[in-house]
Amino acid sequence: MDILGVLQKLGLESGFASFFVTDGGWKNLVMIIIAFVLLYLGIVKKFEPLLLVGIAFGCLLTNLSYFVGQGANALYHPEIWAAFLDETSPAYHSYGAVMREAGLLDFFYIGVKAGIYPSLIFMGVGAMTDFGPLLANPKSLLLGAAAQLGVFVAFFGAVCLGFTGPQAASIGIIGGADGPTAIFLTTKLAPELLGPIAIAAYSYMALIPMIQPPIMKAMTNDKMRKVKMVQGRAVSKTEKIVFPMVVATFVILLLPSTAPLIGCLMLGNLFRECGVTERLSDTVQNALMNIVTIFLATSVGATMVAQNFLNLNTIKIIVLGLIAFAISTVGGLLGGLVMYKTSGGAINPLIGSAGVSAVPMAARVSQDVGRKYNKNNYLLMHAMGPNVAGVIGSAIAAGFLLSVFG
Amino acid sequence: MIDLVNISIPNAAGYALLGYLVVFLGLVMLMCVIFIMGKVMHREPKAAPAAAAPAAAPAAAPVVKAAPAPGSAGDFKLYNTDPRDAAMVMAIVADTLGKPLNELRFISIREVKEDEV
Repeated sequence: MDILGVLQKLGLESGFASFFVTDGGWKNLVMIIIAFVLLYLGIVKKFEPLLLVGIAFGCLLTNLSYFVGQGANALYHPEIWAAFLDETSPAYHSYGAVMREAGLLDFFYIGVKAGIYPSLIFMGVGAMTDFGPLLANPKSLLLGAAAQLGVFVAFFGAVCLGFTGPQAASIGIIGGADGPTAIFLTTKLAPELLGPIAIAAYSYMALIPMIQPPIMKAMTNDKMRKVKMVQGRAVSKTEKIVFPMVVATFVILLLPSTAPLIGCLMLGNLFRECGVTERLSDTVQNALMNIVTIFLATSVGATMVAQNFLNLNTIKIIVLGLIAFAISTVGGLLGGLVMYKTSGGAINPLIGSAGVSAVPMAARVSQDVGRKYNKNNYLLMHAMGPNVAGVIGSAIAAGFLLSVFG
Repeated sequence: MIDLVNISIPNAAGYALLGYLVVFLGLVMLMCVIFIMGKVMHREPKAAPAAAAPAAAPAAAPVVKAAPAPGSAGDFKLYNTDPRDAAMVMAIVADTLGKPLNELRFISIREVKEDEV
């Protein structure tokens, strides 16, 4: 019995040895440290913990199990997905080929690749969202549109920095401040950038309370911030029931590429509002949303393979993402300022910044900043209008980019 | 035919502008649809008896405030209550009653200390 030989084999096959033996193994070590930092941010600093904890752990699992040239025990195999996208490969667009060699996280990732998880998350978002403030004040949609400015500025910036058109489109959508939309578009256009884009999108969403207030203060004066808005009209139940049908019909006919996102968003909202599917609404809001979040987060984290993540492009994406968020905020505020002027000072421009999707965080920021200047000012419900309009706006922006670059 | 993969900077600027316009146009059109939908479906309730709001106002108040807009939470007073807690209380009440928040009217929220119970 060759005990020493067995021990030597075990030692060489271990991950500890792989850090130093395999090509670029040290990068895995760096990624593992990054995963721990992300776990710290999620657990201790509470940065979007429901997603960041899963993303970070997915990143950890991938970089513990996958080393270049030693993929036998890996949970996620980037080379399988590269072949899946390679037109010259026999595995091109073959899920069968993926499943033959897949690890656990490859199976999870199929749901991302097929666009299933982001759409199901949108269904949950729809079931949790009250579109009443938007129906009471449809002009909020203009703020949701204005706040997509960052998407297109970041897209342009990414092209200037040397990214391809589809990659630039995926980076730009970070400015929509909508994680599922960013993941949906990126898996379609630039799957190789999914890890950094998802990290940038969710990290900046968590940082909205720090990113937005300085811009809000810079673009408005005290008088504007103190504006107390009149409550909108009451919205009937019938309007709320008809709304998802109308939006789905109208937006999908306008931009068919938005169908998965808008369709699921509005189906979830119909479950919520129609009054006869309470069980479904409850399931979508809670059980389904939680299950999909687990799969989505871990599989997105799994794409953070050291060899793909540790490069200059990641830094560019992180910077462009921040610019996208900031400029979207500027766009929303500019829309708010225009509405402030045209309404004769009746609309508080601070609600414009809530147009950057990120429900309900951005609306809460509008509320908090407004209350700093007027203790009796409650902007939350007014800000929810642009906030949910931002969700529709970012889906339309994604639909446009998908139809152009897809 | 424009190369969309290796897109040039001027073309990228054009697409960025076009994209922003499409988003605006789409949402403006949706806004018009919702306006029309609102006009068709929403009928303003007939003016409530004028006495309703003033009657609720304290007798000593020299100025009678106008009744809040339909669906408004109106102005309400907070006594020893943090606005964040108040927002939570309002959300819980709305959830318990199964009514949207904008269909409820809150008059005041006061913190009740344990020894007051």
